[in-house]
Amino acid sequence: MRFALRRVGFFVLTLWAALTLNFFLPRLMPGNPAEAMLGKFRGPVSPQALKALEVAFGVETKEGLAGQYVHYLGNVATGNFGTSLYFYPQSVGRVILDALPWTLGLVGLTTILAFLLGTGIGIVAAWRRGGRLDSVVPPVFVITSAIPYFWVGMMLILVFAEQLQWFPAAFAYNVSLTPGFNPAFIVNVVEHAFLPALALLITTIGTWILTMRNTMVTTLAEDYVRMARAKGLPSRRIMFDYAARNAILPNLTGFAMSLGFVVGGAILVEYVFNYPGVGYMLLQAVSQEDYPLMQALFLLITVAVLVAILLADIATAILDPRTRTAD
Amino acid sequence: MAMLPVSGSATQPGGMPAAAPHVTGRGWRSAGLGRIVRAVRSNRKATVGTVLLVIFILLALFPGVIAHDSPTATIYPRSLGPSAAHLFGTTALGQDIFAQAVYGTRQVLIIAFGVGLFSTGVAVLIGVAAAYLGGAWDGVLNLITDVLLVIPLFPLLIVIATYVQNAGTVVLVIVLTLTGWSYTARQLRAQALSLRKRDFLEAARVRGERRLYIVVVEIIPTMTSLIVASFLTNALYAVLFGSSLQFIGLGDPNSVSWGTMLYWAENNAALQTGQYLWAIVPGALIALLGAAFALLNYAFDEIGNPALRPVRRIRVKRAG
Repeated sequence: MRFALRRVGFFVLTLWAALTLNFFLPRLMPGNPAEAMLGKFRGPVSPQALKALEVAFGVETKEGLAGQYVHYLGNVATGNFGTSLYFYPQSVGRVILDALPWTLGLVGLTTILAFLLGTGIGIVAAWRRGGRLDSVVPPVFVITSAIPYFWVGMMLILVFAEQLQWFPAAFAYNVSLTPGFNPAFIVNVVEHAFLPALALLITTIGTWILTMRNTMVTTLAEDYVRMARAKGLPSRRIMFDYAARNAILPNLTGFAMSLGFVVGGAILVEYVFNYPGVGYMLLQAVSQEDYPLMQALFLLITVAVLVAILLADIATAILDPRTRTAD
Repeated sequence: MAMLPVSGSATQPGGMPAAAPHVTGRGWRSAGLGRIVRAVRSNRKATVGTVLLVIFILLALFPGVIAHDSPTATIYPRSLGPSAAHLFGTTALGQDIFAQAVYGTRQVLIIAFGVGLFSTGVAVLIGVAAAYLGGAWDGVLNLITDVLLVIPLFPLLIVIATYVQNAGTVVLVIVLTLTGWSYTARQLRAQALSLRKRDFLEAARVRGERRLYIVVVEIIPTMTSLIVASFLTNALYAVLFGSSLQFIGLGDPNSVSWGTMLYWAENNAALQTGQYLWAIVPGALIALLGAAFALLNYAFDEIGNPALRPVRRIRVKRAG
């Protein structure tokens, strides 16, 4: 119980830190950048919306800093993120709700797939220590971990979209189709998601493989594994029930955490493929100087990660009693 | 972004400290540097990483030796294919791609080494201070580290870089350092904590040495391998995230660097107009430099943790 309370306390504190960063960053910069942004949008945006933004970013407002801060926290608490400037007159909330499903589908499914495949390969590589798989896999994935995500995406576009023309290079679906639950549309969506998913898979699977392999190499040297061998248990049983089962905890924790990173984890892949998810919207907001949208997306991404970490901590505590006392 | 896309996280799951069972205080220190050199030569991953890194350092120091064109001049015919005069062709803006790639090395390396050094410095300072001072200090410093550790890095970088606008080399180093030190600070703290009860520190305390002396002369040298690993992790992080920021146009668009090259390639639809080398070359160079840091890091992990070393001949290694 005390453990859970501590974790929740940490959650609240971190959330507050992120909120405060959001509030003070534009105010800290020389020549508040929000001022230029507001000047740019003064024409098309309604005066009431502008007034709200002036308060949110501390431009030409008579309220003191403390007052603005309280005002800002109140707005966030009530889910009032204001109006998007680029997608005016849509609210920031609306824009995010439209983008979220695409990211959850693409990145969520790819994350699960990468975890399952990577953990499996890691188990086999550690079990066949020094075998062909084990000698190839670690160095290859050490190197892939150093390749920028977005560049992998660009290379996939080059080969599979430009040269071979097997898959489309951009967008989530063909705009000539009407969205709906019919086979033609679903196939179209899958086709569009294939290359970005592949780019994510290539760049993330290495972490799962290496973590699983390295932890399992350590558990394979444990006495209980030798004991199991001595008892003459079948290899498969030792591999999964003894070695892998005890080695999977770091990967499980990592998996729980990476679910939090789903929301904001594929910013550059979405950007390269013009995939209309959360990350793409964030960069749209950045390039259009739509600061309200940018702030809200940053908060959303942070909250997703924080929730996932909280759940991962609690799950780890349930699965592994040894961690309960550690801080 | 499953955890951090930095190889350090791949080898040390869940932010656990790298096990370094061989650290034994004083004896290690005198052998420190020689040992590292010997280890680098005997480990293939480390050798490849070192050779790559040395090549890049030479390119950064003497770009004019192999690239004879100006990297910024827009004086050549546009969108040429590869030829003897322009090894990788020219951009849609009339620049020589080979010259840009060679001259671009310098900024990337400055960012990598700058962020590597500074964030490792901050990490050592905060990690060791937290572990050594203990009590409330440890609580506060540890909390700051943890909070920074869980705020998603890349979105945070994007938000900061957006407000800064056209971040040049110095600004990039500062921003990447401020956001990047927490991961290794945590590892260093864990290692320093494990050292706290060692006899050689007790001896120093009994001798009546000052705290600063104990930290600088007794504790920090025993953590050499972890400090090197910290530098490599942070340098790789800086290469990848710095280039990413430049790629999406948050760096200085006039600077000569690989990330900026990719930004211009993307904005001129290089992939859609057949100017493949414009997009391939800078990305491949980022990957190679990143691989150099990642290989060295992995090799140091193997050196520090013998259980991870590749086994040859013997299929299953058993203790005893």
